[in-house]
Amino acid sequence: MRSTAHSFKDNAKAAMADPQLRRALDNVKTGFIGKRAKAAARLPEFEALRDASRAIKVHTLDHLDLYLERYEKNVLAAGGHVHWCESAADARAAVLEICQRVGAKTVTKGKSMICEEIALNEHLEAEGMIPVETDLGEYIIQLRHEPPSHIIAPAVHLTKDAIEADFRQAHTQFPKDRPLSEPRHLVDEARQVLRTRFLEADVGITGANFLIAETGSSVIVTNEGNGDLTQVIPKVHIVVASLEKVIPNLCDLSTILRVLARSATGQEFSTYTTVSSGPKRPEDPDGPEEYHVILLDNGRTQMLGNEFREVLHCIRCGACMNHCPVYHAIGGHAYGWVYPGPIGAVLTPGLIGIEEAGDLPNASSFCGRCESVCPMRIPLPKLMRHWREREFERRLTPAPVRYGLAAWAFLARRPALYHWLLGLEMRVLGALGRRKGRFAWLPFAGGWTRHRDFPAPQGKTFQALWAERQGTRAP
Amino acid sequence: MSGRDAILGALRRSLKRQAGDDAAVEARLKAYERGPVPARAQLEPTAQVDLFQAMAEEHAASLTRVASAQEVPGAVAAYLKAHNLPQRLRAAPDPELDALPWETQSLLTVERGRAEAEDTASLTGAFAGIAETGTLMLLSGEDAPTTLNFLPDTHIVLLKASQVVGPYEEAWDLVRAKFGPDAMPRTVNMITGPSRTADIEQTIQLGAHGPRRLHIVLIEDGA
Repeated sequence: MRSTAHSFKDNAKAAMADPQLRRALDNVKTGFIGKRAKAAARLPEFEALRDASRAIKVHTLDHLDLYLERYEKNVLAAGGHVHWCESAADARAAVLEICQRVGAKTVTKGKSMICEEIALNEHLEAEGMIPVETDLGEYIIQLRHEPPSHIIAPAVHLTKDAIEADFRQAHTQFPKDRPLSEPRHLVDEARQVLRTRFLEADVGITGANFLIAETGSSVIVTNEGNGDLTQVIPKVHIVVASLEKVIPNLCDLSTILRVLARSATGQEFSTYTTVSSGPKRPEDPDGPEEYHVILLDNGRTQMLGNEFREVLHCIRCGACMNHCPVYHAIGGHAYGWVYPGPIGAVLTPGLIGIEEAGDLPNASSFCGRCESVCPMRIPLPKLMRHWREREFERRLTPAPVRYGLAAWAFLARRPALYHWLLGLEMRVLGALGRRKGRFAWLPFAGGWTRHRDFPAPQGKTFQALWAERQGTRAP
Repeated sequence: MSGRDAILGALRRSLKRQAGDDAAVEARLKAYERGPVPARAQLEPTAQVDLFQAMAEEHAASLTRVASAQEVPGAVAAYLKAHNLPQRLRAAPDPELDALPWETQSLLTVERGRAEAEDTASLTGAFAGIAETGTLMLLSGEDAPTTLNFLPDTHIVLLKASQVVGPYEEAWDLVRAKFGPDAMPRTVNMITGPSRTADIEQTIQLGAHGPRRLHIVLIEDGA
């Protein structure tokens, strides 16, 4: 998809003025947070499992080349194929080549963020194929020609009324007066429509939550069962996965699965966890005849070698955005590309460039909730700060901010001058604001005072007050 | 240069080392070292079966206990009747299922094979039940088509009490014992309750694409 991350500020403003989006986002605030907290509290070992999960990723990334070689060897042994793709274009070409070779028309798809990242649907459509998203949320946004607004709940920005309108417009095969106002009606109608698609599909494409080096398996975790129907019915199953998805063995899988669903939706376990190894065996009554893995780099080998390595720990549970006050206010689309929320603020600049996505790591108050709930303990605020440092070094930060920071740094290195100036400022503001106790307008602070009053200082700095109480002289 | 060489080369540059010796990796893979296993999943067998039932029911599956395999056809027919479902079953081509006394249920039609679009209910065996979260483990194979687990509206699973284990790791140990190291069945399905979605305003709806109902018939085989 084409990024609009460069117009993040305008996107965010528009999002905050959208009443339907506000209503839909209330579901994120009320639902996910409480459910995760409850699931975590119910499992005494939860924090230990987070540590163990993180340790698994640290170890695997330290030996990523070796685990990928081992993984490939075992995929081949099971009769599958591995396509190593450096770029999104390579990955699209590899998928297309397979689809064209088997003469595919309908291509069903399980939910995959990597497919969003490489914009696979547009590419397949341009080549005359019909890609069909089968996850309910993904199906809804495909009808609307929209990107997902959340990594595990792609249609979380929509109310049921909006979805009803989309279904009435798209599904003209059904009577106009059918009831469609309740979620149950909508789910049943989508089930009926997509059932036909599953049965006619020539190729099924899924993502992978994990790749297992020990066995050469791909793992998908879903609740709907769409990923399984996608991969078991067609003749060809293509797995599209980025290379950091590999973990050593099935014990490691068990550990990480214990934190994944609990962090994501607050479920004890997702409904379907499916471990697939190669194509159908000679004696199998069903299953795909071909099994391909598209292994995508797209900049990740670079991140492995720099200060952003920990981004590669991410298991895409969505907890960071579920708990993010910025995401709650603007939703996912404002971030302008595939990955929203705190993880998007760190990952997107790495994938499409800090020049394009520079506003994202700045859209944070560093409240730290994302890091506190991340099952892999990714230090997201620290990584956002690394991006801000890079922007500053490369002079991408807007001039007023740069000069402001430079002026502040000048003063911060001269404590006597700093305290004198600050004391002066407090006295002046304190005197000016004494009558009302607040300011409705202040120079250089329009961004604050446009929405709320600025409380007037009491006339003295904290340090001066502290010194008075201690009976010493202010520095 | 192929994509493979380019990617492995870039990985090694980032990791600052040469193509390597994978002894450490080999040892790590074979150690099967478990992470923290929840105390909840380490119970004696009877309590384990009770936990399996409680967790499966919490995830909207239903469960009937029967004393022996002889009672299975009756329990299956009764379940279909109670839910106003047609007395038709697509059963896995599994000798163990074939051997059940289906002749005792004259109204029930049982066909064998992979699932077809028009099948309303399926019957399969299971490889294990995992008490930790009430999860069934099913393996694909000659006698176990995967389509049976997903296409029909109702999925009925036969599980023996002796197949119930505590944590996930124990189920994987059984898979490894059956297939040997490094080998796997084509598909391992871990199933916890019927299909569900919360994609519309976060309200949970059962039966998104997979089965609307998951029913477990548990044979109390004295384990």
